[in-house]
Amino acid sequence: MQTLDLLQLNKAVTVKSLSPNGVTSKLVDMGLYPGKTVEVVFKAPFGGPIAIDLDGYTLSLRMDEASLVEVE
Amino acid sequence: MKISLVGNPNSGKTSLFNQLTGLNQRIGNFPGVTVDKKSGKLKRSNSEIEVLDLPGIYSLYPKTQDEKVVYDLLRDKNHKDYPDRIVVVVDASNLERNLLLFTQVLDLGVPVTMALNMTDVADKKGLVIDIEKLSEVLGGIDILPIVARTGKGINELIDHLVENKPAKTAEPFLGGEFDKGQFLIEDPEVRKERVENRYKKIRQVLSFVVKQMPLPKSLINRHRTADKILTHPFFGYVIFLGVLFVIFQAIYAWSEWPMDLIDTLFVSASAWIKDTLPEGMLTNLIAEGIIPGLGGVVIFIPQITLLFGFIFILEETGYMSRVVFILDRFMRPFGLNGRSVVPLISGVACAIPAIMATRTIDNWKERLITIMVTPLMSCSARLPVYTLLIALVVPDTMVAGFINLKGLVLLGLYLIGVVAALLAALAFKLFVKSRQKSFLVMELPLYKMPRWNNLIVTLWEKVRLFVFDAGKIIFSISIILWVLASFGPGDRIEEAVSHIPQPTTEEQVEEYEKEVSSTSLANSYIGILGHSIEPAIKPLGYNWQIGIALITSFAAREVFVGSMATIYSVGEDFDDEATLLDRMRSEKIRGTQEPVYTFATGLSLMIFYAFAMQCMSTLAIVLRETKNWKYPFIQLVYMTSLAYIAALITYQLLK
Repeated sequence: MQTLDLLQLNKAVTVKSLSPNGVTSKLVDMGLYPGKTVEVVFKAPFGGPIAIDLDGYTLSLRMDEASLVEVE
Repeated sequence: MKISLVGNPNSGKTSLFNQLTGLNQRIGNFPGVTVDKKSGKLKRSNSEIEVLDLPGIYSLYPKTQDEKVVYDLLRDKNHKDYPDRIVVVVDASNLERNLLLFTQVLDLGVPVTMALNMTDVADKKGLVIDIEKLSEVLGGIDILPIVARTGKGINELIDHLVENKPAKTAEPFLGGEFDKGQFLIEDPEVRKERVENRYKKIRQVLSFVVKQMPLPKSLINRHRTADKILTHPFFGYVIFLGVLFVIFQAIYAWSEWPMDLIDTLFVSASAWIKDTLPEGMLTNLIAEGIIPGLGGVVIFIPQITLLFGFIFILEETGYMSRVVFILDRFMRPFGLNGRSVVPLISGVACAIPAIMATRTIDNWKERLITIMVTPLMSCSARLPVYTLLIALVVPDTMVAGFINLKGLVLLGLYLIGVVAALLAALAFKLFVKSRQKSFLVMELPLYKMPRWNNLIVTLWEKVRLFVFDAGKIIFSISIILWVLASFGPGDRIEEAVSHIPQPTTEEQVEEYEKEVSSTSLANSYIGILGHSIEPAIKPLGYNWQIGIALITSFAAREVFVGSMATIYSVGEDFDDEATLLDRMRSEKIRGTQEPVYTFATGLSLMIFYAFAMQCMSTLAIVLRETKNWKYPFIQLVYMTSLAYIAALITYQLLK
């Protein structure tokens, strides 16, 4: 199982599922839902947040939030 | 008629609001929360059309305080602000995400108009949107393309709103979720599923409404390159420090002269009143109470304007969210988030605009902690106190041959403020309870040039908010402090003054007047209070004179210097500081030959000022921003206790 926080840069993947958590519905609101194609485009230094491309807009989320997102 | 503007953050909603209403805006508050409620009259509407700018949201199902405000309003048909029509601002360059909110509002059943904004950005991104088709699949709703930043399409939108055509009753985009303004689903899990389904349907719709033209990658690549540089592990931080350096240089360089000007204006107004009006209580009230009280409010305007001017530029260009992005990692352990950095650093100039700037933190717990600890950062009002005390007690020696000890102490005081703020944040992290989980799910908007007409509206808003809300409290406390410093019980002051020998020569008059002010202050209510707290502050190395200055400088820290001058009846003029210094140096502990202002006392006082909440204006703005007396009260108590204990330890160790 691969999650978004472990993904290497510039590799397009599809969101498979989101682990239930208080933040998950926020992620869905922002357009990160199962079936969506995403790509990690850059990362903050020292284990900070990551930035992902969501159909032409950039969303940032923390590592532990990204770990809720399973991709394939 | 009431029109509400609804839209995603960064969709250009505020630009549109400014275009629709101009400077004719009112700012209120949604009950119980510190979310600004901005409303204004629609331009060119003879009829009463009121436009309400609701906070930027991503979904009708609330996850943040801003979203909760909109949710509470739209759930309640009897709410006095319930709209007759909703204009949803939709970012055309980001259609899928924006249509989530739009279709939710559509299904709610209130007449709705879509203002399709940023059509120029969509063009640049190579997106071709078939507006007619989009309208058709959404049930024939009105879609007006606009570019709010430049004003394109605004006139047509105003015409449309004035015309107020009855809205078509369309089939719901996704049934079973809303019914005639009612929210049918309460379970958060089901809501989440609904949002997913909605997105899937939106994606289907968009597949035949929007065409993506093949695009030379250059636009996106330029933005990506900028992102890579600004979030680089080395250059990202260097650039941020550079930007901060420029901002602080500018704040100090540009706020000094307007502040001096305001100061001079109010001082000469006081003097003019004293010369013009007949002597008496009313004249004194105006000249010594009201005018300085007003001056104490107005004096903050230059710093507020400058700091918010810079914050505006950082926000509008899109740089701010990159700063948050690279700094979040370092703030999280302290219970803060990346958005706390700018307020905290602004606290070095002045805690007031800094605390006003915490509004961008949407997690309440993190925002509250930021508000609570920001006043520990050494603000510019502490500088005159530090300067006086360092000159008084720190010897002019060199450390390690080239570092001036005076400079080192000053640097230490700034560092101690930063450390204290972070440690206090850690402590608050344990005490502040929050049901809201901390998250940083944040859009990183495209870089763009700021719109200068929005700048004026923003600055006007901030200044007005400070002057009329916090200003009232600051003004009232100034008057109370003036009363306490000018009156004493019975004729105690007159009695004490009558013992001062009358001047016999012209030269003695000035000397006599200073003697009178000093004696009056010592015998006023504040003077008595200063005397009576002497036992409590003696272990800190302070005498009653310092006690009086501590109380008077509750108004503002820098008042300490003026009060010291009055108490020791020397000139209050800053150029005369040498005389104040000499006078303080020669002060001996009663009945001994020991000087009062030793290194231990001086350092203890500096530590006290580093930590103590000696600023009523900050307390007033904290009350304004938290809407609860509890928080300024807790802040006053914890900072004063911290100051007392730290000063006690300092003095007892050094004496």
